[in-house]
Amino acid sequence: MSGPRPVPDADHETITIESNDDVVRARQLVRTLAQRCKLSLVDQTKLVTAASELARNTLVYGGGGVMRTGLVRRDSRVGVTAVFEDSGPGIPDLDLALTDGWTSGGGLGLGLSGARRLVDDFTLDTEVGRGTQVAVTKWAR
Amino acid sequence: MTGMREGVTSVAEQEISTRLVELLTQQRESLGAAWLENVSATLRGRISVAELDRELRELYSALVDGLRTGGFDWQGDSYAEVRALLGELSRNRARQGFSPTETAVSVLAGKEILEPTTETSAEDIQAYLRLSRLMDALGLYTLEVYAKTREEIISAQSEQLMELSTPVVKLWEGVVAVPLVGTLDSARTQVVMEKLLQTLVDTGSDQAIIDITGVPAVDTEVAQHLLKTVVAARLMGAECTISGIRPQIAQTIVALGIQFGDIVTKATLADALKHALRRNSVDLGRAGGAA
Ligand SMILES: Nc1ncnc2c1ncn2[C@@H]1O[C@H](COP(=O)(O)OP(=O)(O)OP(=O)(O)O)[C@@H](O)[C@H]1O
Ligand SMILES: [Mg+2]
Repeated sequence: MSGPRPVPDADHETITIESNDDVVRARQLVRTLAQRCKLSLVDQTKLVTAASELARNTLVYGGGGVMRTGLVRRDSRVGVTAVFEDSGPGIPDLDLALTDGWTSGGGLGLGLSGARRLVDDFTLDTEVGRGTQVAVTKWAR
Repeated sequence: MTGMREGVTSVAEQEISTRLVELLTQQRESLGAAWLENVSATLRGRISVAELDRELRELYSALVDGLRTGGFDWQGDSYAEVRALLGELSRNRARQGFSPTETAVSVLAGKEILEPTTETSAEDIQAYLRLSRLMDALGLYTLEVYAKTREEIISAQSEQLMELSTPVVKLWEGVVAVPLVGTLDSARTQVVMEKLLQTLVDTGSDQAIIDITGVPAVDTEVAQHLLKTVVAARLMGAECTISGIRPQIAQTIVALGIQFGDIVTKATLADALKHALRRNSVDLGRAGGAA
């Protein structure tokens, strides 16, 4: 993305995502950080919703994984970053996966593409047979 | 099937397990009694001695069989019976509300029965130490099953609680409403929706209001449940209104790309009620006339 690499604060937390309860936990942790970083209510809700989508994809399609989250700084700005990582099957066709309404399961097919719209920075690394990593960041205004 | 994995079970280990089998078989009655006494001392009357006796006898036999055919490889096939018995024991204790200590004691107390004295030979001390390690491993296994069972119990209870804490209320003749509050996970949303549909039937209502004022975030999963409920309600001849969509939720829903189609949404529960009543063409007097 643009600008220098965001610098993570030292105290990033990692939680495993292996059940629906973990998805709820991930969401709550991101909300706490979003509040600490003073994101507006709208931005908090957007980030938490994106985290919810990505955590569930990690669980459902990635077969479980981890979320790493914490505050980041770039220039004089503060933001919240959340990185979701799994060693699942990977995404064979990224364009397709990012198409609104496309799902390989029984979803609405809006989670991934929607999450991208909900955040400021979005990066996705995936390799078939190796896994998927999605990183999102929302910056305080 | 010897349970011997090359390079893992040494000759020495095998001699030790043979010696243990010997000791445990020769002194079966006295050692079994000592085990029983150790355990019942801790559980003092919380479980009948007869039942404990039965449990421990089975465990004792299975343990000797395991040692005989599988050495110390407690994760192997030779110990399937031991693990099954321990699994059952832990599950029962967990359900009956015993503490982790009270559960693990059944296994750990088995260590003490061969506790060395000044007369014990060096080999037998070694045998005792090796048995201790085995019992520790089995004790941990027991605790793991125990913890898992407790978790299951807790999640079953929270499910029941969820059921209870989902108030679907009849707001008016022909109108039911459900306020959704807090974090909605899939399980909870499912329960709420089922209850809503059931209440529509039970009360003979044909208007439903789902109020999401108390919901902090609506993601695709929650949205999908909402959409499914609306469709299901329609199939039953009822109409749903979604109320309490706060600004931040509305913006998020739009950014996500979720479309509620022709589903009626209202800012507040009161607006939704007015709308529902109008649909049912109830004369609202002044309130209705104004809108
Ligand atoms: N971590 C992942 N590993 C493998 N495949 C994934 C992963 N995340 C997403 N996908 C693929 O991308 C598709 C689109 O994901 P997206 O989240 O947009 O939709 P969905 O999860 O199917 O439905 P929903 O709208 O409920 O999120 C998924 O159906 C899946 O095939
Ligand atoms: Mg998804």
